[in-house]
Amino acid sequence: MSSKKITVIESAAVLMPAENIDTDQIIPARFLKTTSREGFGANLFHDLRYNPSGEPNNEFVLNTHEGGCKILVAGHNFGCGSSREHAAWALSDYGFIAIVSSFFADIFRNNALNNGLLPVQVSEQFLERIFKECSLDKTSTLKIDLMKKEIEITTTKEKQSFQINSYKQECLIKGFDDIDYLLDNLDAIEKYEQYRVSAY
Amino acid sequence: MAKTIFDKIWERHVVKQIHDGPSVLYIDRHFIHEVTSPQAFAGLDKRGLKVFRPLQTFATCDHNVPTQNQHLPIEDPSSRIPVEQLAKNTKAHGIKYFPLGHPGNGIVHIIGPEQGITQCGMTIVCGDSHTSTHGAFGNIAFGIGTSEVEMVLATQTLMQTKPKQMLIEVNGSLGKGVCSKDLILHIISSLGSSGGTGYFLEFAGSTIEALGMEERMTICNMSIEMGARGGLIAPDQKTFDYLNGRKYSPKGSVWDNAVSSWRLLKSDAGCSYDVVHSFDASSVEPMVTYGTNPGAAIAVNKTIPSVAGEEKALAYMGFKAGEKICDLKIDYVFVGSCTNGRIEDFRLFANAVKGKHKHPDVVAWLVPGSKEVERQIHDQGIFDILDQAGFELRQPGCSACLGMNQDKIPEGKYSLSTSNRNFEGRQGPGARTILAGPLVAAAAAITGQITDPRTYFKL
Ligand code: SF4
Repeated sequence: MSSKKITVIESAAVLMPAENIDTDQIIPARFLKTTSREGFGANLFHDLRYNPSGEPNNEFVLNTHEGGCKILVAGHNFGCGSSREHAAWALSDYGFIAIVSSFFADIFRNNALNNGLLPVQVSEQFLERIFKECSLDKTSTLKIDLMKKEIEITTTKEKQSFQINSYKQECLIKGFDDIDYLLDNLDAIEKYEQYRVSAY
Repeated sequence: MAKTIFDKIWERHVVKQIHDGPSVLYIDRHFIHEVTSPQAFAGLDKRGLKVFRPLQTFATCDHNVPTQNQHLPIEDPSSRIPVEQLAKNTKAHGIKYFPLGHPGNGIVHIIGPEQGITQCGMTIVCGDSHTSTHGAFGNIAFGIGTSEVEMVLATQTLMQTKPKQMLIEVNGSLGKGVCSKDLILHIISSLGSSGGTGYFLEFAGSTIEALGMEERMTICNMSIEMGARGGLIAPDQKTFDYLNGRKYSPKGSVWDNAVSSWRLLKSDAGCSYDVVHSFDASSVEPMVTYGTNPGAAIAVNKTIPSVAGEEKALAYMGFKAGEKICDLKIDYVFVGSCTNGRIEDFRLFANAVKGKHKHPDVVAWLVPGSKEVERQIHDQGIFDILDQAGFELRQPGCSACLGMNQDKIPEGKYSLSTSNRNFEGRQGPGARTILAGPLVAAAAAITGQITDPRTYFKL
């Protein structure tokens, strides 16, 4: 069970306006050889976050931020590239609960939802507003209400609603994941198997 | 209502449809390898679960394995540990595992069809994007993430939303010296590397029907390179002939019944697709890529185009728009991978290099896709041809396709590769990959440069 339950998230945001942030940037391939899911947060955005010498890159947003942010806001087409789920693990392990963008790559969106990480897709215009408002006023926060399917810039009270199917919404609110749901349906699965055998 | 083959297979596998949500889709076959499965087994253990249907999952190690001295322990611990973990996990859960050196070992997408584990009308998944390969036999086959691997292990089902459907119709005959790799690179270059995003593809038409099973696998394998979820081809007599008598294929009356139901697996006349694209096979030429995604491909005799947004890719490759790509000096030739590592690919390559000699400056890595392919290369006299032409054969695995083992292309070197991805650093940090089919690879291995196989081999 993905133990985290998501209802309302209110937090300052980490801003990464770049478009097409791919899974190789989120977690480079050389960090994929471990056999556990934990610890990927340490290498999140590794090659942007650290200089080749291993020193933190002081220009990169994760190194200039105070930490403790639960929301990442990124440019169009976030999570494109390979199907590695390690990208979602790394973001979640680092402490993010929601990613806001104007477009998410297919497989990344799925992987995120399967790991209790909420992808919030907003319009280009609203994304622009977030980038602008949050970089002007450092005290501004975002409030994401999963029950109402709504995101708000708290300083200006600007709101936008976002889409999520009711099944996934319920899973995240209750902290369930697909495996819990499927395990609850093992009877139906066994029945299907018997039906299939007799149908042949 | 007229249905597509995709609709027919999909509907047969829906266990339950969730209101305003995905479907619970039953999975017939599940393949696993050492890279994307350890966390899934760890997840099962954490929940105290056993694998629900262990006989429907098959395991192999391929990504991390060395392609020389496979009888020795794997040297690099970061490669050895996941392989050992897979052996442990499959043993604990009663899953069939083809370990290193086993006659059934090889790249996951090669061994499935080869052993008849992959059949027709099935749902097939693997934690690997090139699972689309199995679509060549008329299956809904696609890559999944590790949480989904865990779902399949735990319940033999997945939550899936039905994708849109795209028909890619190809008619006419391919010219001499043009193979199915050229055709799929041609299609990807014209639709773009995200042209299939959100879709499941069906390939059809006289050209596709004329292709052998190995060639069809090359086509379906690369569907993912245009962003598609997967791609399939309706099964026909060739498909059944290929599967007949394979180790895991049904036998006797079960086989007969299976074939009669498989014959119904085709799209009905008048069924509808969300998008249809048509191609003329006679206009396809031997292809090579010049950029850092598989869509950046041109005919081998053309000049590199100037495309907005490709400047960074060209700089990485050391190319300039307007230059010819023919005659470019090649450092490495890699023949292998789940795209072109099958027996027909080696036959094509060997027939081309027969009686000639490898260029002294070229390092050639010939890596069979499986133990079975390796055996056929030896048994069918292909090895002798390669040997006389100065080529060595390595042992099976993914090898330089992604350079997770020692087979890495050094920084800045040009690699003519029959694999499927030319991303920056895919074959090693700084490696410059040019994707092509086995015939272009043969011409490059002999001449040391990119060469049109039609003129060089007088086809
Ligand atoms: S050969 Fe390459 S593409 Fe195929 S499974 Fe191995 S690494 Fe992936």
